[in-house]
Amino acid sequence: MRPLLFEIGSKGRKGYSLPPLESPRKEVSSLIPPHLLRKKPPLLPEVSELDVVRHYTSLSKKNFSVDANFYPLGSCTMKYNPKVNEDVVKQIGFLNLHPYQKEETVQGVLEVLHDLEKILCEIVGVDAFCIQPAAGAQGEFAGLLMMHAYHSDRGNPRKKILVPDSSHGTNPASAALCGYEVVQVQSNARGRVDLEELRRLLDQNVAGMMLTNPNTLGLFENEVLEIARLVHETGGLLYYDGANLNPLLGMARPGDMGFDIVHLNTHKTFSTPHGGGGPGAGPVGVKKFLSQYLPTPRIVKEKDAFRIKNDYPKSIGKLTAFYGNTGVLLRAYAYIRSLGTVGLLRTGQHAILNANYLLKGLEAFYEVAYPEMCMHEFVLQATRQKENGVRALDIAKRLIDFGIHPPTIYFPLIVPEAMMIEPTETESRQTLDHFIEVMKTIAEEAEKHPEHFHEAPLSAPVRRLDEVWAARNPVLKWEKKPREESPVATYSS
Amino acid sequence: MDYISNTPDDERIMLDRIGLRRMEDLAQPIPEKLRLKNFRVPSGLSELELKRLFLEKAKMNWDAALHSSYLGAGAYDHFIPSVVEHIVGRSDFYTSYTPYQAEASQGMLQAIFEYQTMIAELTGLDVSNASLYDGASAAAEAVLMALSIQEGRRKILISKTVHPSTRRVIKTYLSAQSVEILEIPYDPLDGRTDLTALKVLLTDEVACCVVQNPNFFGGIEEMAKIAEALHAKGVLFISVVYPISLGLLAPPGEYGADIACGEGQSLGNRSLFGGPYLGFFASRKEFVRKMPGRIVGQTHDEKGKRGFVLTLQTREQHIRREKATSNICTNEGLCALAASVYLATLGKSGIQEVADQNFQKSHTLSQRISKLHGYHQRFRAPFFNEFVVETQKGVSLLEKRLHQRGILGPLPLQEFYPELKGCLLFCVTETKTKRELDELIQVLGL
Repeated sequence: MRPLLFEIGSKGRKGYSLPPLESPRKEVSSLIPPHLLRKKPPLLPEVSELDVVRHYTSLSKKNFSVDANFYPLGSCTMKYNPKVNEDVVKQIGFLNLHPYQKEETVQGVLEVLHDLEKILCEIVGVDAFCIQPAAGAQGEFAGLLMMHAYHSDRGNPRKKILVPDSSHGTNPASAALCGYEVVQVQSNARGRVDLEELRRLLDQNVAGMMLTNPNTLGLFENEVLEIARLVHETGGLLYYDGANLNPLLGMARPGDMGFDIVHLNTHKTFSTPHGGGGPGAGPVGVKKFLSQYLPTPRIVKEKDAFRIKNDYPKSIGKLTAFYGNTGVLLRAYAYIRSLGTVGLLRTGQHAILNANYLLKGLEAFYEVAYPEMCMHEFVLQATRQKENGVRALDIAKRLIDFGIHPPTIYFPLIVPEAMMIEPTETESRQTLDHFIEVMKTIAEEAEKHPEHFHEAPLSAPVRRLDEVWAARNPVLKWEKKPREESPVATYSS
Repeated sequence: MDYISNTPDDERIMLDRIGLRRMEDLAQPIPEKLRLKNFRVPSGLSELELKRLFLEKAKMNWDAALHSSYLGAGAYDHFIPSVVEHIVGRSDFYTSYTPYQAEASQGMLQAIFEYQTMIAELTGLDVSNASLYDGASAAAEAVLMALSIQEGRRKILISKTVHPSTRRVIKTYLSAQSVEILEIPYDPLDGRTDLTALKVLLTDEVACCVVQNPNFFGGIEEMAKIAEALHAKGVLFISVVYPISLGLLAPPGEYGADIACGEGQSLGNRSLFGGPYLGFFASRKEFVRKMPGRIVGQTHDEKGKRGFVLTLQTREQHIRREKATSNICTNEGLCALAASVYLATLGKSGIQEVADQNFQKSHTLSQRISKLHGYHQRFRAPFFNEFVVETQKGVSLLEKRLHQRGILGPLPLQEFYPELKGCLLFCVTETKTKRELDELIQVLGL
């Protein structure tokens, strides 16, 4: 591996320049009492600009990315991130806007954000959107707080939130953050919400149900209207986890399915880069009867001007310091405007086409968890391979040697040895064919040379890393002397 | 433009393979009744049209690159060396996914490990996470963490000098829980947390206390004295700090903070109308298993070679579901990368020099304003790079004059603190030139 920044450089080396001060220096200690000042300077690196560039360029080469690799990562929608979306945001007029500028100096950006909210309403079939949440999980939190506020206004916040056993981990975690007890609803043999079980669990204490559709098995919850009817019948609300919205673009809308609250993940459906783990954005939308609870501030149009308004007494409050991840939202807007009506529909269709094409190509070599037509993703199982001692984890690591990012593994939790595969619409048939070939090769290898797998990956910058050791002996920052218990002998590259 | 690679020929071959005839048949899993008949968003644009559209909207905004800005209050206009955006703009970084597959993500993992090291060093605390959404939500997560550590204590204290948005976000995060939030008033002359009032509020029901330094008015709080009072009652101290100031001011670890967090935007990230930013978050070692968000740890591969992984994942939602320490899934990886590159580029001397320039330039302006007729410093506490000026001139008239000259800010405080009528918050960073300050003084003197 590359040495750490702290292991390179020299005392006194610099990589920056600032203009000299134009006014006489003031003695700091004459204006700030010395006990409030820093005594020892922070031990930051001492490197040149070239050192910095070489260091990070080298690191960047030790990273898979959508620009370099196929990423069939289920439920993550790793589609291509168009370059023009980067360029249009990285320009003067957006980059250095302060969130507290006067409204008349930011009309352009307010108009775009307002229009984005309007278009998102149309795409998902709700009445109002707020773009503030910084990520999907924060959107969920906002949505559940609105549910809590809505029920509280009716005299009882209620106690429970239902989530399917195939749901994303953020669903129960967000519900818990709102003080709700989480009740899991079992899936039936077809991988859908079990309606009998749902009827049994629903009562006056259920605040609502969170649902992903298509669900994390890649299956459309075809009884969603009945689910909505049942949840609404007992006074509950239905929440849409937008992680899997991509295949529905232009084809169907959560709002029409009976969902009351929706969050979206712009870094999935709307092509904003994942950034190695953020920043994302998680806009939250609602039907009209809930709009008074949306986070503030809201962007509204009054006559011909756009205004930032805070005066919403029923609002749940604020999730981030300002208006949300504007830079990410502008990219999402650029993407939606590029695609337009036809492009969005084609996106939904090709997401489904690519997934089913892959499923067809792979079903001979791997167990299919739910063998039927899927939506944007599907789940394979490494159960046959496991008989030879090759697990989903081993297959994932082996794929790295072929330059392909592994699928999501061991999720959903209800499928043993799960490998969840989502190709997205931007990949070509040739890429999919190549992936099928690689997966076929791996399946053959698993039969003939299962012992090879435990070594994989062989071509990555490091071999398989010891995650258990890392969790038991947390080394979370660089320290001058290596810890004695660390088995790492040297710090050389 | 839709970025789809498959051609009509591909479509035909692929449909054939999966046993469908037309593209419309792909909607089969969706019940007929739910299929969308009428879908209306604006028609798609070519790349050139899109660029024109964005340029047109960009031109309508006043950008601090072209307008002198004296706005701070949580989002700062600092100089960003070119190298930062060149590195962050490498698509190997920005188009990568969360580094769950460690062997395919060593670059990002090492960069975050280095980020954690730099944040720990800057704050003087033991451990840092891989970043949170922004400064305000990081403060809310810090409060949740403190409540979890201090089981049974259900009151929290927040100084009124903490950024109003941060206080609002903390309230929102706690709104569905039975926690009482008490605000500590500030000394009206000093503009800092009222220590006497703080001591009155301290009981053994209090889990934690949040204080910002420098505070919303720019004042440098007596953090060590606050720490002492809190720890005497077993109360955890959450310090919300402005990272650039740590090149000059005592770090949280030194004055006894248990958790330090804050807005990391000033470290190499653009103000970009409020986001994306990053919340940095550090704490004492013994609390690490209660920390929210992702954490990168060092380990080794089977050959003994050093490597990095996401670690302590049993805290997180994808493993623990409703029992997780937080619901957070995403961090702000790319913004944390920008912060790292920025800190590495400035390095040990640069962080001190930038902090010093902010101190020097803001004090130059404050002294010049104090000499003008009709203006005086509202608070007498020492400050870093922001300060409050009270004027008898009428805020709206002044704002109009500044607007006419194309100047952004300062920020009128009445909206946030009704008692501070006629008060303006000025921020001066290293980007300001003498000429800009001269112009500002001239407008203020009219």
